[in-house]
Amino acid sequence: MRAQFVLSEIGVGLRRNLTMTIAVVVSVALSLALAGASLLVRDQVNSMKDYWYDKVEVSIYFCIKADHNSPQCAAGAATDDQVAQVKADLDKMAPLVQSSTYESSQEAYKHFKDSNPDNPLLAAVGPDAMPQSWRVKLSDPTKFDVIQSAFAGKPGVKSVDDQRKILENLFGLLRGLQTAAFVIMVLMLFVALLLIVNTVRVSAFSRRRETGIMRLVGASNFYVQMPFIAEAAFAALLGSALASGLLVGGHFFVQHWLAKKVQFITFIGLSSVVAVIPLLVVVGMGMAAVAAFFTLRKYLKV
Amino acid sequence: MIRFDNVSKTYPKQNRPALDNVSLEIEKGEFVFLVGSSGSGKSTFLRLCLREERPSTGAVHVLGKDLGKLSNWKVPHMRRQLGTVFQDFRLLPNKTVGQNVAFALEVIGKPKSAINKVVPEVLDLVGLGGKEERMPGELSGGEQQRVAIARAFVNRPMLLIADEPTGNLDPQNSVGIMKLLDRINRTGTTVLMATHDQAIVDQMRKRVIELDKGLLVRDQARGVYGYQS
Repeated sequence: MRAQFVLSEIGVGLRRNLTMTIAVVVSVALSLALAGASLLVRDQVNSMKDYWYDKVEVSIYFCIKADHNSPQCAAGAATDDQVAQVKADLDKMAPLVQSSTYESSQEAYKHFKDSNPDNPLLAAVGPDAMPQSWRVKLSDPTKFDVIQSAFAGKPGVKSVDDQRKILENLFGLLRGLQTAAFVIMVLMLFVALLLIVNTVRVSAFSRRRETGIMRLVGASNFYVQMPFIAEAAFAALLGSALASGLLVGGHFFVQHWLAKKVQFITFIGLSSVVAVIPLLVVVGMGMAAVAAFFTLRKYLKV
Repeated sequence: MIRFDNVSKTYPKQNRPALDNVSLEIEKGEFVFLVGSSGSGKSTFLRLCLREERPSTGAVHVLGKDLGKLSNWKVPHMRRQLGTVFQDFRLLPNKTVGQNVAFALEVIGKPKSAINKVVPEVLDLVGLGGKEERMPGELSGGEQQRVAIARAFVNRPMLLIADEPTGNLDPQNSVGIMKLLDRINRTGTTVLMATHDQAIVDQMRKRVIELDKGLLVRDQARGVYGYQS
């Protein structure tokens, strides 16, 4: 097989079908960009999980005087013994419980006052209204249930709260975006596939003279089909290059604009973006080549 | 070279077979005319020889191979060993004469050096020496058919199959083409030619095989086209 001959045939084919080629390139680019975005959002969620789960705590709140109406606090405010008992039980639960720190009512009131200086409630309530608590750090933040079942309902304990729940809402939103990107990607990929199939069909039809002669003189199936497959793969290569460009562009948008507006999130780096590019190229070209191959099986019989 | 054993071919959705229990043998080096009216089965006969179709029943042997049993991926290799010429020339209009002949060698992976050597040789042989750079559209029908014959013969095949090669040509050009085919035949290549051209068949006095409604009705050495009706 002579490369120069094959390459010139590919060039002729792509130019002859220029509008179809553009349609293939754009639809492949969009679907691959969405595929890449979907992968990157997953990376982003994972990296945020690692970062935030390290910081989240489980809080065990104790009863205060005002809670005597709720059933688990019928005995009134928690006693110092009850608080000490929970601490002793927590210490027995190592290594799951990494550390636990005490927050008194006064400290809780001060934190609340510092973070909400203008809240009108401040005038109405004193430190008595804020429950004392143990702030528990877990070695595995997903094992919240263990702490929950061990301490909920213990004497003096009002509730066991997981800060992770707050983050779950954010992660849920991101996962929703990821799913949406994935669904749109599947649709776009389908459109791209149909376009490739049609482009190959038109290409095969417009070159039926050449292929007819090729079969006549005994060119192998591979030689007859190669230019069409290479054409589709080349268009997909252009598409995946465009998709990579879109992703890198998106990354710089996030880095230079979004990251300044949303400072509490650490965004994934360029290296993660670059890491998905080879995957996009392989998937794009492979998909186009396979689609072309199966289309040709139907249109170029021996 | 070619052997048909009780070959029938019925196309899907047709009652009458296009070829009905045909048996014959064509030996190496023969020149054979295949005659018959339209729809007599000539084209089917040639398509079976080229393995563009498979027989419904019976066996077709070409160049020692049973084409009914030949797997698809071996067909291209089989076709390289025979040459084919058609009424409509089948040249690529956007390639020069030389490129048209070279194309047949390029797509079977021949090295460039070999192509550069044999293309002028074969063009000389068919009487088109020095016209490598011309486009097919600039040539007469007879010359275009010579290009097609050059392309078919460039690999020096054992068998040349021609489907009405003079069908689009005037009598003078037809005679030229027949002289060329006769010369190719004298090099030892078997020639099988389907034709409607009565004058040519009567003049050449070669073996004549006549088909009628799919049946083999005549196989005559040194025959003529047929009885006047």
